[in-house]
Amino acid sequence: MRKRVPWMLALPAAAGFAFLVLPLAGLLVRAPWSTLPARLAEPQVLQALRLSLGTATAATAVCLLLGVPLAWVLARVEFRGRRLVRALITVPLVLPPVVGGVALLLVLGRNGLIGRHLDTWFGLTFPFTTAGVVLAQIFVALPFLVISVEGALRASDPRYEEAAATLGASRWTVFRRVTLPLIAPGVLAGAVLCWARALGEFGATITFAGNFPGRTQTMPLAVYLALETDPDAALVLSLVLLAVSLAVLAALRDRWIP
Amino acid sequence: MRAPLRRLVALALPLMLALPSCSSSDGGSRTVTVFAAASLTEAFTTLGAEFEDGHPGVKVRFNFGSSATLAQQLVRGAPADVFAAASPATMKTVTDASLAGNPAVFARNRLEIAVPSADPGGVDELRDLADPKVKVALCAEQVPCGAAAAKALDAAGLDVTPVTLEQDVKAALTKVVLGEVDAALVYRTDVIAAGGKVKGIAFPEADQAVNDYPVAALKDAPSSALATEFVTLVLAEQGRTVLTEAGFEVP
Repeated sequence: MRKRVPWMLALPAAAGFAFLVLPLAGLLVRAPWSTLPARLAEPQVLQALRLSLGTATAATAVCLLLGVPLAWVLARVEFRGRRLVRALITVPLVLPPVVGGVALLLVLGRNGLIGRHLDTWFGLTFPFTTAGVVLAQIFVALPFLVISVEGALRASDPRYEEAAATLGASRWTVFRRVTLPLIAPGVLAGAVLCWARALGEFGATITFAGNFPGRTQTMPLAVYLALETDPDAALVLSLVLLAVSLAVLAALRDRWIP
Repeated sequence: MRAPLRRLVALALPLMLALPSCSSSDGGSRTVTVFAAASLTEAFTTLGAEFEDGHPGVKVRFNFGSSATLAQQLVRGAPADVFAAASPATMKTVTDASLAGNPAVFARNRLEIAVPSADPGGVDELRDLADPKVKVALCAEQVPCGAAAAKALDAAGLDVTPVTLEQDVKAALTKVVLGEVDAALVYRTDVIAAGGKVKGIAFPEADQAVNDYPVAALKDAPSSALATEFVTLVLAEQGRTVLTEAGFEVP
């Protein structure tokens, strides 16, 4: 039996949906459909798209390696200052990304606190490299992964882990064989959020990694620069980015995320 | 609990609906809105203060940004009284849309090489930028400073591979200030505005890429009388003095 949805909920829900979808509709309506195929064939478009997909995926992989353990420590280990640590992790969420980019430059730039030594000892510099793009994306996307994995950990039933421990499993074995499978959907949801955030990253990237086609010019940077002179090209690039990310997100949701 | 909540919603809804009209109620008051190129930030802020001194009760509001972005905003209907661009091309976007009449050139800007004060790349002249060991930041060719840089390098017959193509001249300058690049091509005015944080090196090929800055009062200006007066101030002796101090050349 279908129940009536109360209008107090239905109305704001519809307004919220419309607010999110109308700008997308605007993009579709104003897109230069007639010249679309010719514009898509331009090599710069493909180059920027490939760079965007590659860097966002690499950033997500690193975020998983660092973020899942970080979320586990926050959720399962009692220690002083845990609330402060959790608050600090969310800082990149509220920081304007451009400021994040400047902060990265001050630490990992050629004259940065750490970057200075990396340069003199190993000849390593991050600004203006593809690795720099990935670093910028990790900085802004990692909190999304940590927060959703920590949420999944807190929601999971600790009795399974306790049962495994009473049967003699070490804490590492419990994590690997019990905890991780239990929170897998949460980890995937977090990874998807993290990937999406990395894909759309603009401010920290252009500040920290600069803008050079093929090396650091991701799709959002290409869109921004196209907007300066050729708004139609910017629309096309935005549509490509939208279509690709929607396709990936929809595929992932149907297959792995409940 | 329910009744107070409903009362709150009943109160809040009309308020929310009324909000957008609040901002337009002061449209008749005396404000002049100036869209100006980012490189004019220092000079126009000073001129704005002088204009307000000469016109009691008038507020000058600025929107500084990349000329190309500002031009796009104006074409899309952003309300403004005056547009001052860093290149004739960006002004043309606005005049082509019949939003402004005859623009007047009020200043010229010249490129310089900006290097960190320690000069880690050992840059003395334009030719040094072609050295692959020297990290160079240029503006993207879509923005006026990038177009000027391409013209100057062309005139010198140099092939420079930058590490980054920045979105505006201030971003290129920041990379020099932070020491992330060894050199950047920016305007003379930006070198002056950065104070002692960067060193400017003039080069002869800059003559081939001098940027004209046009200014125009917009046709649909909400305060058209004030718009004309502001343009007059920019073109008058007062404007010329401020612009010259900032490093511009005046016609």
